This record gives sequence, structure tokens and C-alpha cells, in this order.
Amino acid sequence: MSGVLLSATTFFPLVGVVLTILMAGKGEAGDALARRIALFTTLVTFGLTLYAWAAFDAAKPGFQFEESYNWLGGTIRYHLGVDGISLPFVILTAFLMPLCILASWTSIEKRVQEFMIAFLVLESLMIGVFVSLDLVLFYLFFEAGLIPMFLIIGIWGGPRRVYASFKFFLYTLLGSVLMLVAVMAMYVTAGTTDIPALMAYEFPKDMQYWLFWAFLASFAVKLPMWPVHTWLPDAHVEAPTAGSVILAGILLKMGGYGFLRFSLPMFPDASLYFAPLMFALSVIAIIYTSLVALMQEDIKKLIAYSSVAHMGFVTLGLFSLNRQGVDGAVVQMISHGFVSAALFLCVGVIYDRMHTREIKAYGGLVNRMPIYAAVFMVFTMANVGLPGTSGFVGEFLSLVGAFKANTWAAIFATTGVILSAAYALWLYRRVVYGEMDKKSLANIEDMNLREIIVLLPLVVATLFFGFYPKPIFDMTGTAVVSTLDGINTKLQTAETASTGTVP
Amino acid sequence: MSAVDMIQFNADVMASTPEIALGCGAMALLLGGVFAGDKWSGLVTWGCVALLCGVAALVLTTGEGRVLAFGGTFIVDPFARFAKLVVLAGSVNAMLMSLDYLRDEKLTRFEYPVLVTLATLGMLTMISANDLIVLYVGLELQSLALYVLASFARDNARSSEAGLKYFVLGALSSGMLLYGASLVYGFSGTTNFAGIAQVITQSGVPLGLMIGIVFVLAGLAFKVSAVPFHMWTPDVYEGSPTPVTAFFAAAAKVAAMALFLRVVFGPFAAAEKEWFQIVTFLSIASMLWGALAAIGQTNIKRLMAYSSIGHMGYALIGFAAGTQSGVQGVLIYLVIYLAMTVGTFLCILMMRRDGKAVEDIADLSGLSRRDPTTAYLLAILMFSLIGIPPLAGFWGKWFVFLAAIQSGLYFLAVIGFVASVVGAFYYLRIIKVMFFDEPALPFEKSLGNVNSALLAASCAFVVFFVVMPAPLIEAASAAAKSLFP
Repeated sequence: MSGVLLSATTFFPLVGVVLTILMAGKGEAGDALARRIALFTTLVTFGLTLYAWAAFDAAKPGFQFEESYNWLGGTIRYHLGVDGISLPFVILTAFLMPLCILASWTSIEKRVQEFMIAFLVLESLMIGVFVSLDLVLFYLFFEAGLIPMFLIIGIWGGPRRVYASFKFFLYTLLGSVLMLVAVMAMYVTAGTTDIPALMAYEFPKDMQYWLFWAFLASFAVKLPMWPVHTWLPDAHVEAPTAGSVILAGILLKMGGYGFLRFSLPMFPDASLYFAPLMFALSVIAIIYTSLVALMQEDIKKLIAYSSVAHMGFVTLGLFSLNRQGVDGAVVQMISHGFVSAALFLCVGVIYDRMHTREIKAYGGLVNRMPIYAAVFMVFTMANVGLPGTSGFVGEFLSLVGAFKANTWAAIFATTGVILSAAYALWLYRRVVYGEMDKKSLANIEDMNLREIIVLLPLVVATLFFGFYPKPIFDMTGTAVVSTLDGINTKLQTAETASTGTVP
Repeated sequence: MSAVDMIQFNADVMASTPEIALGCGAMALLLGGVFAGDKWSGLVTWGCVALLCGVAALVLTTGEGRVLAFGGTFIVDPFARFAKLVVLAGSVNAMLMSLDYLRDEKLTRFEYPVLVTLATLGMLTMISANDLIVLYVGLELQSLALYVLASFARDNARSSEAGLKYFVLGALSSGMLLYGASLVYGFSGTTNFAGIAQVITQSGVPLGLMIGIVFVLAGLAFKVSAVPFHMWTPDVYEGSPTPVTAFFAAAAKVAAMALFLRVVFGPFAAAEKEWFQIVTFLSIASMLWGALAAIGQTNIKRLMAYSSIGHMGYALIGFAAGTQSGVQGVLIYLVIYLAMTVGTFLCILMMRRDGKAVEDIADLSGLSRRDPTTAYLLAILMFSLIGIPPLAGFWGKWFVFLAAIQSGLYFLAVIGFVASVVGAFYYLRIIKVMFFDEPALPFEKSLGNVNSALLAASCAFVVFFVVMPAPLIEAASAAAKSLFP
């Protein structure tokens, strides 16, 4: 089983695609079947990732469940494997997917089968990104994800969907092709695209600098970092609920994962050299986008800007290059995967009822929707980073790490926590509290069973990992330590080489 | 004739069996067509298809390694075999595509398949040319047949215009090429490629020879429609009957590119410093202009013309790399481009309404709801043309850009990638029209069986190339190797 486990996990969603094409006929019955097939497929995929989690030996450094086959000829191989850094993202992807399918159960009315197929293809590609151990294979999955996402935003999106989908596609593509140049240069220089081999390879210092920038172009757009974040609010606002969930929950994490998997271990000198710049960009992202979020009138846009701010903590933690910072960044990414996904689902709940995302259109929802108010409260608090929620663990550790590396950056970034409280709580007050004086809201219904089923696992996960984040650290610990050790060893050899004191 | 001559003659004939068979077959079918008239044109078409397939089999089976024939003027090597097979595939496709189209347009005439066959003969000769005279003969045979094909719908003003424009500009370019060839002959004293290469290696490139090289390359650049010699392309693509356009885009481009490769890496190999600048300029200009000029197009055939200009620019990157892996990249690129472009033109072929072909991009509005299968196939082709992995178009780019980076041409790779992002915009626009816009009137009917099969085959190639890339890569590698003896 473990010999093909990762391939099976990656490509199982495509089985659902084939089944849908073959079995689902036209009309209502076909749509209903397509939904069930999609749900079944994503649940089985989630089961496979849980099996992988159980079989994963967290104490062992290096990659597990490896598969390697001849592919493009030469040294470019079909090479899969996971370590403690990638496995949480695989599980997160598979965890969010069934929820997305359930959340779209009734809200997607047109072209249901195509929607489900697009999501299954997207799941396959996203898992592929995290399990690839070959740079070319990684790039393949990384960029192929653009196709289904472009269609999801463009077909099932809101009124400005065309603009948003084009912006999303072209921004991301431009970043990716610059990375591709770097990938080719690395292949030509190192003679391999095998990720473990490249992590051990030492690129010349001046080459590292431009390779770092080329990868930064791609990951900064994906994450996104200020100032290339402008595609995100547009894409989020126009995407259907499930699309926003995946965008915020998984696609953004690819940027952070990319930094941790490629930029830091492969270009450590450049990472250290540009760390002050990355700190500056992170701090700007945290403060500026938080302020922007304060002024938003569209709920989804507000959450989108808050995502940019939270991703600022991720880069802050990563480039502090110490255990706390990197651990914090990973937890922050996982936690943000739950919290932002849940917030978009919460917006989806009221959007399905009122078909507007204007903050002004709501108010006093607590009077008719007590369950909703409670659930939304949990995620608002998690978004703020209240202790006891997973958001706190990530932000706190990232800040601790940053404090060790660069005190000023940490001090400025901490103001972002206050600002996030400001915009998140203010949003909550305006939407949930107050008098219910709007006529249109008079008959609004509370969450139904399906919606509760969708959000409950996220509530549990957010609170559980808030109080007891140990399972995440157990999984990631060894991998983070060995990655950091690799970076430090390389930095030391570079130092001895430059000072000329060879022992 | 002495016995030695006889043996040599036999060897020469053996080496050129595919061309001889194709020529004889074409003339036999022409005779048959003349006797039977247009009512047998379907039969003539199928006859030509069978002939081309037979020739492909001959190309595959005759000869091993590198064979020189007719006193070194004609060369058959793995490179030639590879390119010939690709060209034959493009020609068969143009033939099969025409069956329904010509009937619907009431253009059914037996000359069409015969002309395509004769053009193919010209292309095969070009590919095997090892001498400036053979090169010119092959090129002209191809071009003359193509001029007639462009204006095949002779009652249609745009088709006549396309034919005339193509003829005038084509004649000009042939003239330039011939002028360049005469200068090359004058300064090197030989028309044989090997001889020219030897002269350049020994005594460098005098000014007159350099002017000759520039003119030859300009003539070839016209045939592959590289900027700034691309002006004819949009008009000819738009005006010609769609199967003919597909023939231009697929087979003719491949043949011209193969000839270009042969000339650049054969006789002029030692003059790399001289042609490097020319090829680099052609490449950059084609990539950028192909991407920018396509943005404003509303006619899908014109758009495909600019798309082909851009793609030739990407392929030329492999030339600029000047290495074996560069040539390998170009060959892989051409095969993949052939599959993508053939598929796209099959989709264009389906765009008919009220008994007429419609060619506006807007006519595709909402195709995903009227005919989801075709819409998804066309979308796959468009994503592949952008170069999104895992589709084949990405791998075409991968190999040429990789070769460029191996040769240290970073600036070329970066410009190419940026151009491909700009180009992505207009391919995305087609997808947007099909998927995001409200449905327009439906098209008359779906594709016939033959064309559907072709479309399915080209899309299957585009999608599944990633699973089994090795055969094509190895074949292209062997072909490229033979160009660097």
C-alpha cells in the first residue's frame, strides 16, 4: 500500500471525474449523482490521507512513502514523497474538499457536473503540488491548478468574474514563468531537478540571489505578499463560496510551502541576505492590508484583505529562520486554512440567503440566527488570534521567532494583531449585533443541518488545535528541525568559505 | 551506363523512393481525376490519403542512417525522416479535413487533393535538399501548389485576394532567396551544402557571402512567417479555405522550419556568429509581435495566424541556442504545434451557420452550453497553446527554452516567457467567450465522423503526451543528432 499511497491519493479524485463523465446523465438526476460521486471521492481521498498520517513515522527525518519512476528521460523523474512539512498540507487539502462539495450542494445550481469535475481536478492538482519531489513535477501541478480555478471563478463567479479570473490567471502565470526560468537554470547548473538532491546542492552565491528573486516572483504572487496581492481581493469577491474557500485555504498556502521547501533550503544565503526586505514587506502587508480591511464594505473583500495580513505573519515567521518562527509559520498556515475557509463558508451561508455581501445589508442576525452567530463568533475570534484558538498559536510563535531575528519587525507586526481585532470585531458587530431593523432580514433562517455539518469540523479543529497544537508540532517538528539544520550547515560553510578559515 | 553507375543509380533511386512514389502517384491520380471529373473527387481524395500513408510507410522502412544520393544533392537522414513523417501527417490531415468542408462549400473538385499531394512532394524534397538547386526546386514546387490552394475558392473575393497576395509576396521572397543563393554560389564556388560548409570553415565569411546568407535566411523567414516577413500570414490565413489554412499552419510551416534548420546547421553551420543575430532578432520580434498583434483580432483565423507567428518565434529560440538539444527542442515543438493547430482548425471547421462558415470569435459565445464536448476540447487546445502544464504545449516550450538556458541565453528565455504571458490573454479570451458569455445561436451541425476522430486524436495527444513523452523525445533526439555529424 505505501508503495503507491501517494499516487493513489493524488489521482483518486480523477477517478471521480471519470465516474461523473461516464455515469451522470443529463438533468437533475445526473446533477444529484455528480454531487454524490464528488462527495464520496473526496471523502475517500481524505481517508487515504488519514491513513498516510497514521502510517507516517514522524520521528524519522527525510521523505517517506517515496515513489520514483522514469519520466522525461535524463534525471527528471516522477518522484513523490512527503515529510512532516508537506503532509499537513496534504491532509488539510483533503479535509477541506468534502466541506467545499457540501457547501456547494445547493448554492451551485447551474452546470453542477462541470463544477464538481473542476473541483475534483483541482484537488488532484493541489495534492500533487505538496507531494512532488521533483521540481518539474512540482511546477506542473503548481501551474496546472490555474486551469480549473480560472474556470471556477469565471463560470460560477459574481458579476465581475471575467475581470477577476483574467487578473488571477495572468498575475499567477507571470510569476510562475519567471520561476520556470529559474527551474531550468537550476537543472542546467545542478544537473538534476530532484528536490532532496537540490536541497543538498549548494548554488553559487550570486546565482542564489537571482534564483531567489525568480522564485519570489512566483510565491509572492501566490501567497500573496504586498504589493502583488491585488488579484486576491478581486478573485475572492467574485469566486463562488467553495472557490474562495479553496483559494484561501489551500492555494495561498502553496506560496508559503514554496518558500519553506525551495527558497529557504536551496538559497539560504540569499534568504538570509534578503530577510530584512522580506520582513519589511511582511510588516507592510500586515499593517497596510489590515487598515485597508477596516474600510471595506464587502464582507468577502474584508476577509480577503485579512488573509493578506495573516500571510504576512507567515513570511515573517519563515524568514526569521529559527525554530519558533518556522513552526509558527506552518501552524499559522494550517490554522488560516481552517479559519479563513470557515469565514468564507460563513459568508456563504448568509450570501445564499440574501444574495448580497454588503456589510450594510446585514445587522442584528443574532436575533434570528443564534447558531450562526455562535459559529461566526468562534472564527472571528480565531481570526483575531484569541488564545485558545489555533490562530493564536501561529501568530504568537511567528512573532516570537521574528522577535529573535529582528525586534523592530516584530514590534511593528504586533500592531497588526490589534488592527485585526479592530476590523474583525467591528465586522462582527455590524453583521451580527444591533437591532434587526432591516425588512429584508425579517424572515432569514438559521443554519440548516447541512451547513452545521460543514462548519462543525472546522469549529472543532480550530478549538482543538488552539488548546492542543501538539499533533501538528509532532508531525512537523523533525522536518522543520532538519530543514533548519540544513540551512545552518550551508550558511556556515558559506561563511568559512568567505572568511577563508578552512578548519 | 557502366555497372558501377548502374549500382549508384539504383542506390539513388532507392534513397528517393518516397518522393518518386509520391510524384508518380500524384500524376496517376491527376489523370484519373481528369478522366472521371469531379464526381470522383471523393475517391481521388481517399486515393491521395492512401498514397500519403503508403509514402509514410516507405519513409519509415527505407534506408538506415545517413544516405547521400544524386551526387550529394539529396540527403536522407534521421532528421529528414522525422520531418517527413510530421509533414505527411499534416498533409493527410488537410486532406481529411477537406472532405466535408469542400462539399458544404460546393467546392468539390478533384484538383484539391492532387494539389495538396504535389505541395507535399515539394515539402519532402525541401526537407531532403542538400544542394541550393534542390532546395529551390522543392520550395517552388511547394509554393506554386500552395498559391493555387490559397485561392481555391476562386469565386470568393477573399480567397482570390489571399492567393494573389501570397503569390506576389511569395514570389518576392523566392526571388530574394534565389538572389541570396546565387551570391552564396558566387562566393563559395559550389551549390552543395557540404561544399559550402567546407568553404566557410576554411576561409570564413566574406562580405558577399554574408549578404548571400542574409538573403537566403530572409527568404526562409518569409516561408516560416517570422516577423518582419510575416505580413502575408494574416490575410492568407483569413482568406484561404479553412482546410488549406490548416495545411499552411501545419505541414507547410513544419517543412519550412525543417529546411531552415537544415540550412542553418548544414552549409552555414560555421557562420553561426553571423546568423545568430538574425535568428535571435526574428525570434524576439515574432514572439512579441505575435502576442501583441493578436490581442486586437476578432476573426479567429486571423488570430490563429498571429498565434502561429508567435509560435514560430518560440521555435526559433531553439535555433538561437545553436545546439543539438536546441534542434531537438524545435522538432518536439513542431510536432506538438502541429497537433494543437490541427485540433484548433478542426474546431474552426465546425463553425458554420446558415450554410456559411462563420469566423468571428464572438460566434463561439456560450459554446460550452450548446456543445460542451467541443468547447472543452477547444479549451484544452487553447490552454495548451498558452503553454500550461501538463498539456503538450508546455513541453514544447520546455525543451526549446531549456536549450536556450543551456546555451546561456537567459534574456531570450525571459522575453519568450513574458511574451507567452501576453499571448495568454488572447487565448483566454476565446475560452472566456466560450465559457463565460451567454450562448449565441447554435452552429448548424457537429463535426463529421472523420473530423471528430481527428479532433479526438489531436486532443488525446495534447493531454496524454505528459504520460508517455519518451518516444517523441527519443525520436527527436535521434533526428537532431543526425544534423550534427
